Amino acid sequence: MLRRRFVSLGLIALLVLVPGASKLAEAADREINVAAAADLSSALQEVATNYEKRTGVVVKLSFGASGALTQQIQNGAPFDVFFSADMDYPRQLIAGGQAEGATLYRYAVGRLVLWVPKESPLDVEHKGMEVLLDPTAKKISIANPRHAPYGRAAVAALKHYDLYEKVSDRLVLGENVSQAAQFVESGNAQAGFVALAHASAPAMQGKGKYWIVPDEAYPQLDQGAVLISHSPRQQDAAAFLEYVKTAEVAALLRRYGFSLPEAK
Amino acid sequence: MSINWQAFQLTIELATVVSAILLAIGLPLAYWIAFSRWRWKFFVEAVVALPIVLPPTVLGFYVLVALGSQSPLGRWWQSLTGHTLAFTFTGLVIGSILYSLPFAVQPFAASFSSVDRKLLAASATLGASPVRTFFRVVVPLSVPGLVTGLALAFAHTMGEFGVVLMIGGNIPGVTRTVSIDIYDQVQASNYASANAMALLLLVFCFAVLTVVYGLNRRTLDRRLWTMGPVK
Repeated sequence: MLRRRFVSLGLIALLVLVPGASKLAEAADREINVAAAADLSSALQEVATNYEKRTGVVVKLSFGASGALTQQIQNGAPFDVFFSADMDYPRQLIAGGQAEGATLYRYAVGRLVLWVPKESPLDVEHKGMEVLLDPTAKKISIANPRHAPYGRAAVAALKHYDLYEKVSDRLVLGENVSQAAQFVESGNAQAGFVALAHASAPAMQGKGKYWIVPDEAYPQLDQGAVLISHSPRQQDAAAFLEYVKTAEVAALLRRYGFSLPEAK
Repeated sequence: MSINWQAFQLTIELATVVSAILLAIGLPLAYWIAFSRWRWKFFVEAVVALPIVLPPTVLGFYVLVALGSQSPLGRWWQSLTGHTLAFTFTGLVIGSILYSLPFAVQPFAASFSSVDRKLLAASATLGASPVRTFFRVVVPLSVPGLVTGLALAFAHTMGEFGVVLMIGGNIPGVTRTVSIDIYDQVQASNYASANAMALLLLVFCFAVLTVVYGLNRRTLDRRLWTMGPVK
């Protein structure tokens, strides 16, 4: 009887202490919270993994539409660094005193592509935007232009080719550019404007074909990163931002289809 | 600050259609749950209750992927109708029916089972068919439960968010419901518009529920009155 009680006490102690112990260890580990535009979902994951291996600092990533993340930071979301898909949202944060103006850094230039599934009859690689006039393109997904820079770029590109009026009733809006990509990948939309970073991510290889929208069709997607003012981990955050400026990361981002400021 | 009446109208249409269909599906289903003696009935009850505990993302995910053009079921639907379920009003209706099913069926079933079995027996002895007994005895005695079920289904659909976010595609007038519009406004930092819409939804849902509970109280009173003094 007594022994059984000891066993159960031991079990309870184990249940209480083990998660507690791991939590303590976690607190001792250094970590930073990064808010990042959805087009970085594959690339920044790889950057973070490399950085963790090198420094032991854990990089926790939260992806979303840049406008949505900006709104969250304005309302006190506990992020240390913000990687936007444009320069305007970081500037808004700087103007509002939520981000450090001196740290604003253009880490990449995003590129917009028109993406269709591999088995699609739409010959997007040769015909480009024209495929959108094909009646089989019933739904065309874009990111929500209200808070996603890629959505704005998509609308600008459609207007550039005088297609916006013709296809506007077939547009479906993803919450961010990742959801726009996922709408096409799941076969619910027949074509979509996504980031080249999505189309060229390893997980998407062989799943689709795409056409890179020419640069003159939309305002350049300069993407800026900035340190958040209320971050309690300024040093670790600044160190990570410095790492993003290295040639190693530049090469990685280029591999994912971003063009780089130096190259421009 | 502006109120998106189109989104509001769309949301009411969605909730009305869903409630009507849930009434049609819910009545026989609840009747079966209330009166069946099948030993595996609990299994069906568990399935009906599932949407209460499942996150809306699970439903959204299934409607999107399992009914998308990558799946046999989705291809069958596409060959039938020419488009996928996602991004359509029909898609939202189907998602919402699944999502709100227990909110209609459970109150229906609870009020059916509280009907005195002796009255059913009496009705049968007088020669009424089960269907006639259902509409002339069971339903009139279950009005409060039916109204509660319908009101909950309606209000629950009005406030639906996760499923719509995943399968709606945010199309104005087709799938941009009030909850999506509010979310959009907040994400774009238009707090004034978000506030106007949120307040409208709050007042509307409160009004619906107040009317329903008020009516329910009156039916109860009236029934007690017609049945004479309670012994």
